[in-house]
Formats: sequence, structure tokens, C-alpha cells
Amino acid sequence: MHKRISEYVIEGCIRLSGFAVIGFVFLIFLFLLKDSLSLFGIYPVKEFLSGLHWLPISEPPKFGVIPLLLGSLYVTFGAIIICVPLGVASAMFIAEVAPRALKHVLKSLVEILAAIPSVVLGFIGIIWLGPFLKNSFHLTTGMCGLTGSLLLAFMALPTIISISEDALAGVPKSFKEAAYGLGATRWQALWRIILPSASSGIIAGVMLGVGRVIGETMVVMMVTGNSPIIPISILQPLRTLTATIAGEMGETVSGSDHYFALFAVGLVLFVITFVINFLAEIFLRKARR
Amino acid sequence: MSTARGREKAAFIILGFATLLVVLPIILTIVYIIKNGFSAISWGFITQSPRNGMREGGIFPAIVGTIILIIGTMVFSLPLGILSAIYLVEYARDNAFTRLIKLSVVNLSGIPSIVYGLFGFTLFVLFLKLGTSILAGALTLSIMSLPVIITATKEALEAVPYSFREISFSLGATRWQTIRYCVLPYAVPGILTGTVLSLSRAAGETAPILFTVAAFYLPRLPRSVFDQVMALPYHLYVISTQVPNMPAGISFATAFVLIALVFLMNLVSILLRAHYRKKKQW
Repeated sequence: MHKRISEYVIEGCIRLSGFAVIGFVFLIFLFLLKDSLSLFGIYPVKEFLSGLHWLPISEPPKFGVIPLLLGSLYVTFGAIIICVPLGVASAMFIAEVAPRALKHVLKSLVEILAAIPSVVLGFIGIIWLGPFLKNSFHLTTGMCGLTGSLLLAFMALPTIISISEDALAGVPKSFKEAAYGLGATRWQALWRIILPSASSGIIAGVMLGVGRVIGETMVVMMVTGNSPIIPISILQPLRTLTATIAGEMGETVSGSDHYFALFAVGLVLFVITFVINFLAEIFLRKARR
Repeated sequence: MSTARGREKAAFIILGFATLLVVLPIILTIVYIIKNGFSAISWGFITQSPRNGMREGGIFPAIVGTIILIIGTMVFSLPLGILSAIYLVEYARDNAFTRLIKLSVVNLSGIPSIVYGLFGFTLFVLFLKLGTSILAGALTLSIMSLPVIITATKEALEAVPYSFREISFSLGATRWQTIRYCVLPYAVPGILTGTVLSLSRAAGETAPILFTVAAFYLPRLPRSVFDQVMALPYHLYVISTQVPNMPAGISFATAFVLIALVFLMNLVSILLRAHYRKKKQW
């Protein structure tokens, strides 16, 4: 059991790496908080959280986060309406209906979708989907919330499908067999027995998908028109939290109020995604039991 | 019973239709990019620098930049990710602190990429004074890639039967010797698969490199890790939003090269998995 020095070194590195993970989350939070507090020193938190105007370069500047928050919520809500039913339905099809060979093909296609970089989908939004929506619905512009929602729904599908499919496939076979034994059809067993039993996992999948949608940057920056006003309809240009940071960071002077305000927006995003992921983790744990 | 059968048929048709609505756009997207991109690709496009405000020439510096970033990300995230997974599986006791580490991994995987960009900018670019550089960009991408590498490595380590460790311990091996000779060799395939997958994601990310490394236009290649580089995803963003009168062919070809690179890495990961699965002995 004699330990050599090299072993102490490597074990030290292993422990350090384990602790570093907590360190990173802590550091990210700390740096966001530090610069956000610099804003709140000169601009009241209450006005930041409840302000209806985001006018960072007007005189005096207004850093109201509400238009951006609503922009994110509009786009996210639009995406959820599209991707949750589609995602859960295709997960049900892949898990319980599709024959084995087709199942493999479908799963591979979903993995391919997960691999497409978001900037490529943004590009497709600009060059095809935006103009297509504009012409088909006679919109004033194709660069609006709807285009963003459609692309984000598309992006969230792999997360929702793969986690829901895992949850459905993880339901014990005996549940299904018992239902068949009582004379249930495959659909009745799927709808009344398997789906409810897998609900925790499906909810977790949906939440992780929503977390991805809220945090997605490039697609929304490229296709939603970037207009930081309170959106009235999803057919208008709008601006999300993420796109605001990405779009304005390059124009700010580091250490200016505007710069700190963008960190405050980042902090809001951090908190929102933290809560969503935490809840998703709780549902995942419940599903595993 | 016949109504139940009829209802089953209707329900399955609806589910199948929903799946078609998901799958069809995926196929169309890929075909659309390949069809439009492939015709615009030439040897010159891959080996030349952009010219005339990026409206002509190739994307060579962006390809090189992305490859450099992938390697840089691997250098930092691979050891850190693997070691912390070893800690979680082989060393950590089941206590509150360990649960905090696991929660941190979950949380890291959920942080939006643009927040990583912000963080990388204040910590690496400003606070550590690395400037907008390859080093700052690779470090930012590394932290973002950590959760995927940790999760994959953890699963690979946990899949190695516990009896392997018991036998090694019973022969008098230390914990590290056991891990090094009886656990890690069998976990390598899983680790590699997860790593390549996470790097392919890092290769396609734009938001984390926006303020940490990406250059708008930089036709020469970097000389040190403190230089900026062009990168494929950022280049695609720039030419499709910031450059007026951009010939669509160049944008499509850039998107094609980016997708080809990412898919190639995914393919490598799938082949690795298949290759090692065949060799698995227990």
C-alpha cells in the first residue's frame, strides 16, 4: 500500500478538478453579480426590473429589462406551443409505434438535428424561412418573433424527443403487459398507462428544451428583427435577453453603465436558466425512481 | 372493440404525422444546404483567404481558426473533465458536497452560451488580461464543454464492473493504480465518444467566441495563442447579417463547410463507439 509521490500529485489533481466544477459555477455567478452590482449602484434595481424601456444610448439612458424579458417570453412561448406537442408525439411514435429499423433511422435523424450549429439555422431563417413567412402571411417583415419561434422549436425538438423517448422506453414492460392482459389496445396502453408513468421524465425533457430555447442566442439575434420594444404580437420584430447581450456588447465601452447593464441582463438569464434546470433535475430524479 | 381498434389506428396515424412534421424539415434543411453549398465549393474556396470585403475568395483562415479553437478547447477541457469525473465516480463519498458538485455540473450544462461569452470576456479577456485571443476563446469554450465531457466520462467509468476494482484492490493495488490499469482502459471508448461530441458542439458555437476570440476579418493566420482568429460559425454570422450584397453562394458554401466539419466529428464519434463495442469483452 506504499504510495509514491506521483500518486499524491495525481490524486491531488483529481480532487482539485472535482472541486473546480463548483468553482466555475461560483465564479460565473460572482463575475455576473459583481458587474451587475456596479450598475445597481447608479441605477436602481427596481427600475431595472420593472422598467418598460430599454434605451441604453439615450440621454439619460433607460435600462428597463421588461421589453427584453417579454421578447424572450414571447418567442419561448411560441416555440413551446409548437415543439411540445410535436416532440412528445414523435417520442411516443419512436418509442412505441415505429418498427425497429425505422426507430433507428428516426433517432439518427433527431441526432443530426441536434448537431446542426445554431448559426446555420439562423442563416436558413434569414435566407429562406423569413422571406417565406413574409410572403405567405403578407407580413411587413419576415424578421419577427414567429420566425424565431419556429426555428427555436426546431432546435428544442432533439432535447425533448430524446429525453421523452428515454422516459417512455424506461416504463417497465409489466405495466404494458398487464394492460394488454386486460384487453387494452396498444394505443390505450400507451395513452393511459405508459404516458402517465413516464410523465416525470417527459416534463424534465420539456423543461430542458425550454431552457435551451431561452438561452439560445444566434438564431434569435439573426431572425427576430432586434427591436427592443414591448412586443404586442408575435408577428412583430422583437429582441430577446440573449440577443441584447450579443448585439450590444461589441458597442459598449467596458466599465460604462451600458456595459454593466448587459451583465445585469446576463444575471437575469443565469437565474432563469438555473431555476429551470434545477426543477428539471428534480423531475429527472423522480423519473429515475 | 372495433371502435377501440379504429381509435388506435387514428391515434397512430396522428403520431406518425407529427413525426413526419419533425423529420421532414430536418431532411429538407440538410438537403437545402448541401444542394446550394456543394455547387459553390471549390478547391480555392477552401484554401484561399477572403477578398473584396469577403464577397470573393475563400474561407481558409476561418477553417484554420476553428480547428485551432477545437484543439485549444480539447487541451483544457479534456484533462479537467476526465479528472473531475474520476473524482466523482472513484473518490467522492455520497455526501452533501458531492451532491453540490453534481448539481454544479447540471447547472453548467444549462447556462446559456452567451452567458459563457460574457463570463469569458470579463474573466479571461479583461481580468486575467489575456486580451481577445485564442487562449481566452479556448478557455471559455472549455468551461462550456466541461459538463458534456464529465457526464460522458462518468457514465463510461460507472459502466466498468465493480468487480474489476475489487480484484485489483485484493491484489494490493492502490486506488490510483486500480483506476489507471483496471478502470480507465475500459472506459476509454465512452470517454472518447463523449469528448468528440462535445468538441463538435464547441466547434459550431458562436456566442461564446463573439467577444473572446473571433475576428471580423483577419486574412493572415495567427502567430501565437494571444492572436485573434476568424472562426467558421462567426464568419457565417458576419457574412449573412453584416455584409451587404453578399453573394448567397459563399454563405451557403460556408454553412456547408461548417456542417460538414461538425458531422465529420459526429461520425468519428459514432465509429469509435461502434468499433469499441465490438471489442468489448465482458
